[in-house]
Amino acid sequence: MKQELLGKTLKELQEIVGELGLPKFTAKQIADWLYKKDIQSIDEMSNLSKKARQLLNEQFEIGYVAPVKVQTSVDGTKKYLYPTATDKFIEAAYIPDKDRATLCVSSQIGCKMGCLFCMTAKQGFQGQLSTGQIINQIKSLPEFEKLTNIVYMGMGEPFDNIEGVMKSTEILTSDYGFGWSPKRITVSTIGIIPAMRTFLANSKCHLAISLHTPFDEERKEIMPIQNVYPISEIIDELRSYEFTQHRRVSFEYIMFKGINDSSKHVKELARLLNGLNCRINLIRFHPIPGTPLEGTSIEKMEQFRDQLISKGIMTTIRKSRGEDIFAACGLLSTKELLKKQEGDH
Amino acid sequence: MDYNIDGLAPVVITNKIEITERVFIYQFKRAFNFEAGQVIGISVFDNTDEKMPRMYSIASGNNDELVSILFNVKETGWLTPLLAKKEVGDTIYITAPSGNFLDNNESAFWIATGTGIAPFHSMLQSGSSGQKTLIHGARKLDSFYFEDSFLNVNHLSYIRCCSQEEGNSIYFGRLTQYLKEYNNLPHDQKYYLCGVPEMVVEVRDILIDKGVPYQQIVAEIYF
Ligand SMILES: Cc1cc2nc3c(=O)[nH]c(=O)nc-3n(C[C@H](O)[C@H](O)[C@H](O)COP(=O)(O)OP(=O)(O)OC[C@H]3O[C@@H](n4cnc5c(N)ncnc54)[C@H](O)[C@@H]3O)c2cc1C
Ligand code: SF4
Repeated sequence: MKQELLGKTLKELQEIVGELGLPKFTAKQIADWLYKKDIQSIDEMSNLSKKARQLLNEQFEIGYVAPVKVQTSVDGTKKYLYPTATDKFIEAAYIPDKDRATLCVSSQIGCKMGCLFCMTAKQGFQGQLSTGQIINQIKSLPEFEKLTNIVYMGMGEPFDNIEGVMKSTEILTSDYGFGWSPKRITVSTIGIIPAMRTFLANSKCHLAISLHTPFDEERKEIMPIQNVYPISEIIDELRSYEFTQHRRVSFEYIMFKGINDSSKHVKELARLLNGLNCRINLIRFHPIPGTPLEGTSIEKMEQFRDQLISKGIMTTIRKSRGEDIFAACGLLSTKELLKKQEGDH
Repeated sequence: MDYNIDGLAPVVITNKIEITERVFIYQFKRAFNFEAGQVIGISVFDNTDEKMPRMYSIASGNNDELVSILFNVKETGWLTPLLAKKEVGDTIYITAPSGNFLDNNESAFWIATGTGIAPFHSMLQSGSSGQKTLIHGARKLDSFYFEDSFLNVNHLSYIRCCSQEEGNSIYFGRLTQYLKEYNNLPHDQKYYLCGVPEMVVEVRDILIDKGVPYQQIVAEIYF
């Protein structure tokens, strides 16, 4: 099987051209073709020598894969389905909103983290995405030219695929790659501390942490990761970095009726986040089949937001998008497709 | 223990036991305190420059002289194939113990698949009290790790579910099937689940479906 060129960092391209005995500058030329232009085959890399193209063609392909299916929500959100060589599927959600257009990308097929409220958790883990498969969700998107922001909030825990996340964000933000400002990119995690350290030390992209409750025991009940990396340790770790408008840290907070929406929670959040320059995004819960959890009403969410603001914490309620096509937060899953596949075989 | 700047300290392997094909118990001298149910990070390097340590539940009691860990080799993985090549006398590197998957010393269900049995063995060896029901799922009869320790313990009801082989006093079928058939699961006890993500998520769904409040479920996922 040929290897994909898409997703290779400049350093990796330099290694490849070195091994093929090609001049070093060829690496930069290939990166230009991959990330700044729009070609479908190695043969179209017209400033490469014929020999270079031939050598590349023997072992590599570009690696673009077009989406096989798109579902469009009444609110304009689109959910794209990308196939993989292993017959598994990757979902990405395109969310247009006034002058912004955000793509929510996946970092894994399925997820291992088992959060109680999440649909992806129910499908288990089927594999890591390569850097190329992450970049492909962006580059092969029909609306690629319109994109203003990328969020790593699709299927999977990005920091359980730290290599794919670090390399893909490098390609998105480097001069040799897409040349985007890191301010346009947010990586969302449940807080795998060692990988978070690597990210904070080496990337300028924004960070979002899934918090969901400030209390240890409660967080343990809905997020098994709390046993391993407690939220208090995550916050302590964050305190050793500086966050500004240039690199923000935000906290995601899905609101569950009667569970994490009381004034006791407001107080504890204020205590926990005291002194940290951050914001909280409140998110409506989209119930998944068989869940024992219910969503907090919008009125209660607004009250909760106002209470947090009065404690000095910048807080917003995230608009829910693409609910009707299961593209909203926590609803991405290709489990049904997997089941169908198993049935087909 | 002297942990270096990357949080790692050397230990020398004193025993290496292959309990079944490509499943090992490694032991080394205990020079730290821990609570039963905690994990340590393990690496074959003394730094984290290239690779992060992987986590392993401590399988031995918290007063034992030797620390045991139980692991199976993931042939395409990073650490376990390298770890499996280590021999008695070789040095490996460990982090300080951490984690909050801790025993409640009350009546509880312990549910594990595969190597997920390790923290429960540690809890038992550390003198766990309270009536426990331990349900262990495995594919093969030789994969009920530590079964000799669990058999004939007064305050422990020990149930083995084997999905691929039939055995004496062993439920033939998957652990999830056993749970589905289990009537009257108590709703006022804790359920500790430990193992691969798929098992944890499936078992949690079954328990919730059977009326167990999700707050009673404590899960440790081997991600
Ligand atoms: C809290 C905690 C405690 C743990 N305790 C133990 C323990 O006591 N004993 C033990 O044996 N292990 C335990 N683990 C797992 C252990 O940390 C390693 O992940 C495991 O040993 C594999 O390490 P590796 O470096 O060999 O493989 P890796 O390089 O990490 O990857 C293994 C291979 O399997 C694939 N893979 C990884 N996970 C899955 C999955 N869930 N489904 C399908 N494919 C997968 C990867 O893509 C890769 O190909 C624990 C994990 C955690 C988080
Ligand atoms: S919420 Fe995120 S980390 Fe948790 S199971 Fe879902 S995808 Fe994984």
